[in-house]
Amino acid sequence: MSALPQTAKPARTVDLPGTARRRLVRGVVVTLCFLYVGVLLLLPLVGIVWTAFESGISTILATFRLPDVQHAFFLTGVITLITLVVTTFFGVITAWVLVRQHFPGKSLLNALVDLPFALSPVTVGLAAVILFGLGGWLEPFFASRGIQILFAVPSMVLVTIFICIPFTIREVVPVLEEIGKDEEDAAHTLGASILQTWRRVTLPNIRWGLLYGVALTTARSIGEIGAVLIVSGLIKGKTETATLFIFTAIEERQSTEAYIVALTLATVSIILLVAIETARHRIEGRKEGT
Amino acid sequence: MSSAAQVSAERSRTRLSPRSAARLRRMTLRGAAIVYLGAMVALPVAAVVTKGFGDGFAGLRTALDVPGGMAAIRLTLITSTVAALISAVMGTMLAYVLVRYSFRGRRALSAIVDLPLAIPTLVTGVMLVALYGPNSLIGGFLADLGIQVIFTPIAIMLALLVVSLPLVVRSVQPVLQELDPAEEEAAATLGASSWATFYRIVLPAIRPAIAGGTLLTFARCLGEFGSVVLVAGNIPNETLTAPVFIFQLANQFRPVEAAAVATLLFTLSFVLVLVTGRLLRRKEED
Repeated sequence: MSALPQTAKPARTVDLPGTARRRLVRGVVVTLCFLYVGVLLLLPLVGIVWTAFESGISTILATFRLPDVQHAFFLTGVITLITLVVTTFFGVITAWVLVRQHFPGKSLLNALVDLPFALSPVTVGLAAVILFGLGGWLEPFFASRGIQILFAVPSMVLVTIFICIPFTIREVVPVLEEIGKDEEDAAHTLGASILQTWRRVTLPNIRWGLLYGVALTTARSIGEIGAVLIVSGLIKGKTETATLFIFTAIEERQSTEAYIVALTLATVSIILLVAIETARHRIEGRKEGT
Repeated sequence: MSSAAQVSAERSRTRLSPRSAARLRRMTLRGAAIVYLGAMVALPVAAVVTKGFGDGFAGLRTALDVPGGMAAIRLTLITSTVAALISAVMGTMLAYVLVRYSFRGRRALSAIVDLPLAIPTLVTGVMLVALYGPNSLIGGFLADLGIQVIFTPIAIMLALLVVSLPLVVRSVQPVLQELDPAEEEAAATLGASSWATFYRIVLPAIRPAIAGGTLLTFARCLGEFGSVVLVAGNIPNETLTAPVFIFQLANQFRPVEAAAVATLLFTLSFVLVLVTGRLLRRKEED
């Protein structure tokens, strides 16, 4: 499609009325788009790169050597890793159940998958406070066993999982729908066990959709702030993630460190985005190929 | 006869028949999915609703009596509506440009549109502070002109527009891609202007996708926290938004009021998300 208009254009320009006008409209529209995206995204991005590097390379390196910063990145990594394992494992199972099985209450389950999209992260944090806080439904169970959930890492992991639940499921479901169940049935008929069928047939088929979901989950969980802010209790060096570090640093007017950590997160996200784009092209390429 | 029955009964006790084994596996997977979503999604949401409306509307009433509470909800509704409308127009334009035009930098533009999917919302807030803050590049220049961006509703709007940028584009784009450009070319050949072609041919086909994307944007903006909290200034009655208000209530150990406001917001949001799903699915079935 991209090559065709260029070769066809000379012939068409003669016939089309108002070609100059059309070209003008097109130029204006494209310029508007670049302006909009430029002001909203590129300018702020340049702004943060500029401000972070204005402080000098030595300041940047010193910031990375701060124990609080290192711990914040470590904690973000740990929370992201656990979130990824849980949402991928249960996400694939849930997606498979939603596509391949029919049972009463399925539409309710489907609606539950979308529910986290509708909740403000703040509400998610609030839910954890209500469940695990004093007088909460789950508080007696964990308190009697001496397990600290709230204002500790477990609640931060739980809220992050909640927020990331839809991504994997929503990316894998359409792929499963598209490939159908013929191959799985064939493997099954030929005597493959359910695990073999999964490993050899289902997983290879959904891998690009899954990768897209994993990339989105990673990005979201690295950047989560609203929910963890409420449940973390903001204990320096203990429950402070990278985003919480940025938040407190800005509040305490230590902007330079905040800008540097923020730029690091932005860089990681952009690398992830490249992965996302690659996965998307693969998915689209697959569709066109079949 | 009895011995044969005994053997088969024995067998079924020790080893399930293939059919019931498959059934068991299906039920196990289904159970895992139900427990996962039930414990991780339904339970927390139920806890918030019960907390907020366990005593009827008392919680909501006290929350709205808090100074700035009512204004926070109003501000969030207004900014989300405006952001959704701007996003609808610009998102549709971006999707059209990305699908129908070929020009230098098209792939770059497409990648930039996806950036907000990856960049943390808080980082978006930090970027806006770095750009428009009092001692910053553009902020200082604008301040000399008497325009303040940071800590005003303009900053909230900017934050919302950035984080929701991909939503309309990504819901309209696939529909446009499926649409055969032959009709548009025919209309153009017959002398229709660019606008007439778009309005008469393209718009009717992509209207459900635009509506879906716009509703999704609105729902997303209702709950946005990370990008707004740093740039808004959170001044009660001026720039305090509903999610930040919920955050403050939760921090002041007023979970009942916080839960009441939260329930109000996500009910609205969830209905919109469901409607969106319907709109997009109906389009697919056509």
